[in-house]
Amino acid sequence: MNKKQFLRLESINKRFGGVHALKDVSLTVEEGTVHALVGENGAGKSTLGKIIAGVYQPDSGKIYVDNCCVKYHSPREALADGIALISQEIALVPQLTVIENIFLGIENNHRGLIRNKEIRKRYYELIERTELSIPPDIPVYCLRIAEQKKVEILRAIARNARLIIMDEPTAILSADEAQKLFALIRKLKSSGTTFIYVSHFLEEILSLADNVTVMRDGQCVKTSPVEKESRETLIEAMLGRYVSLGFPEKIYPEPDAPVALSVEKLSREGIFYDISFQIRKGEILGLAGLVGSGRTEIARCIFGADPKTEGNIKVFNKIVNPTSPKEAINAGIALLPESRKLQGLILKLPVIYNISLPHLRKVASGPFIKLRDEHNRVKELLSTLNVKPLDPWIEARALSGGNQQKVLFAKWLFEKPKILIADEPTAGVDVGAKHAIYQLIHSLAREGIAILLISSDLEELIGLSHRIITINRGRITGEFSGSDLAEDKIMHAIFSTAS
Amino acid sequence: MEIAQRKKFDFTKLQVILRNYGIILAFSLLFLILAFSSPAFLTYRNLHNIIDQSAEVGIVACAMTLAIISGNFDLSVGAIFAFSGCIAAIIAAKGYVGFALLAGIVSGLILGIMNGLIITKFRANSFIVTLATGYIIRGLAMILTGGRLIIVNDPVFSILGQSSFLGIKIPIFILIIWISITWILLGRTTFGRAVYAIGGNPEAARLSGINVDRTKIIIFGINGISAALAGLITVSRISQGQADIGSLVDLQAISRVVIGGTSIAGGEGTIWRTVFGVLLMRLMTNGFNILNVSPFYQRVLGACKTMLP
Repeated sequence: MNKKQFLRLESINKRFGGVHALKDVSLTVEEGTVHALVGENGAGKSTLGKIIAGVYQPDSGKIYVDNCCVKYHSPREALADGIALISQEIALVPQLTVIENIFLGIENNHRGLIRNKEIRKRYYELIERTELSIPPDIPVYCLRIAEQKKVEILRAIARNARLIIMDEPTAILSADEAQKLFALIRKLKSSGTTFIYVSHFLEEILSLADNVTVMRDGQCVKTSPVEKESRETLIEAMLGRYVSLGFPEKIYPEPDAPVALSVEKLSREGIFYDISFQIRKGEILGLAGLVGSGRTEIARCIFGADPKTEGNIKVFNKIVNPTSPKEAINAGIALLPESRKLQGLILKLPVIYNISLPHLRKVASGPFIKLRDEHNRVKELLSTLNVKPLDPWIEARALSGGNQQKVLFAKWLFEKPKILIADEPTAGVDVGAKHAIYQLIHSLAREGIAILLISSDLEELIGLSHRIITINRGRITGEFSGSDLAEDKIMHAIFSTAS
Repeated sequence: MEIAQRKKFDFTKLQVILRNYGIILAFSLLFLILAFSSPAFLTYRNLHNIIDQSAEVGIVACAMTLAIISGNFDLSVGAIFAFSGCIAAIIAAKGYVGFALLAGIVSGLILGIMNGLIITKFRANSFIVTLATGYIIRGLAMILTGGRLIIVNDPVFSILGQSSFLGIKIPIFILIIWISITWILLGRTTFGRAVYAIGGNPEAARLSGINVDRTKIIIFGINGISAALAGLITVSRISQGQADIGSLVDLQAISRVVIGGTSIAGGEGTIWRTVFGVLLMRLMTNGFNILNVSPFYQRVLGACKTMLP
């Protein structure tokens, strides 16, 4: 209560073209606390973070840091005051090593020469202080996304940041990595660092934050201590209405439904071994495991995107063993990849080009595309999936995360697949869209599509799947169904090694 | 407040329009300026000349548009231009004109496909590969001609570059046909979609079932054909084959594509942009000549235009 305020915003306004992104936003952040910002996509959370960090300049309003009115023209100026932004997208130089990235720009050079020894010493101090261990000399592009996030955090701490703004830090982390991150945040908080924490994950916020501000349509709806809030009250404030977060009721496939996908002793040397499972028509099989356990690689291998060393992949009892995504698509397999921006969508291209791409032949005679047929089919899909805006010609990058994900679904429903593999289908989408995606997966299974669902969100996986298999270090460690679908049991299997 | 908001909104809209259609605006402005400042400009003869002289670069630039949209460059088109021209000249000089034209085109196609194969099989950067193959191909053209001019006296051979039909030069017809072909390829076919897709995000394209390698090979094949076609026109115009012709064609084509507004980052662009880019540059040269600007200044100004967005 008598904590010193670190940051105060007074009626900040920001417009982008015709969009009023922030309306009269006022906010106070106390020193040494974790202040959470929640809201749907497009509510203005990220914009607010970027304004505090000097990436954008407000059109009007005042920012006070330590009770001094400041005006940042660039992130560099904000950084000089100890304000660092860790944004949603990774902002590292991929070719440079971990240590080079961390100290980039603050090498303390000696007459223009970098003193490697001294930097190495600082690096190990940093590692000791944060207990994050990352080998220093690997180029960043070799690391997994979760590890890259750690490098970004180390970079902010190396700059002695007093306020760290984190935009969706856990969206791409697995559960245990997220836990490590929280421990780190708590530790830094106790030594006086302040955090602004933007997230979709309400559980995270409820357990981690001290105060929470809910944003809706560019305005602050309410700010309160986190003890006074619950999941329900936050969602209600975010949406301005009550939404049930329940999962659709499971409808199990007939026990004698034909097996749609059968994977037999699938191995890829060094990545995963001896993977066997079957999915029946209309069944949702969950694949649980940590990031790096091999779950994504198994999915890519089934889809023909990565080679296999052994094993068979059968679709309705016919061996297909795809050697390219094209062959997999022809066999009726679809893959919603892990990263919608890097692997799923072609952001520069209009939505219509993205959606029709895998199945152009369906709307073409010979090499020529029947543009009207394509347009009608795409429009139909967009309206079925309730994509906003309903404009086939808008570029994919202009859509919000949730709508981009719906476009990806539309892409694979252009021609209905027999098997749909969805890798993290709700990563980085807001609550409303998440709910819509749950409903969609549920109804696709009811229509007879066999679904392989991969997710780091165990609650989601349990809520949707009929059956779950767990993977650790590339091997199956357990299979759960019925009453065994419980978080603790599955969690245990995720961490156990195969005998 | 309300009005201020409206105004601001319109302004951003204007910016978008300017960015998208600036090339048309620039072209129209220059056209009007020239039309008003010189009576020699707006004559059938002059306009006809402008288009006729644009044929070779125009043809190469249309195919280059495909390469650039797919995220690639083809720097060997100048050399293929010369090589195919020389092959055709050598065969035509022996009296087989029809076979000469066919051999010219096929040699361009083969060289283009070779480029594509090297780039895809070795996962190499197209800029470097075509820079190297460009030197090799031009070297081969030198060996082929022994560094001499190959004079073709056959009047049938010169039809391609010098004759007219209905008062319009044959190269103009070829240009228009080639523009149409590439336009349809890019805008209306499954192949065209693949070109955009692999330029926008090759991994996403592959995961959508696009055969990325095959698409690239076809793109370089088309660039080879276009270079050969343009080379044949030039050789037919001057009635002689020469190993050092067309040495600037590749860079000229790239600059025309870029001036039109096609992004060298890939995934974006259209053929009509390139057509305007070609015409705008030709109009500038023509205008400078009509207005008596020194050729030295012309070079500087022409280069400056390339840098404009």
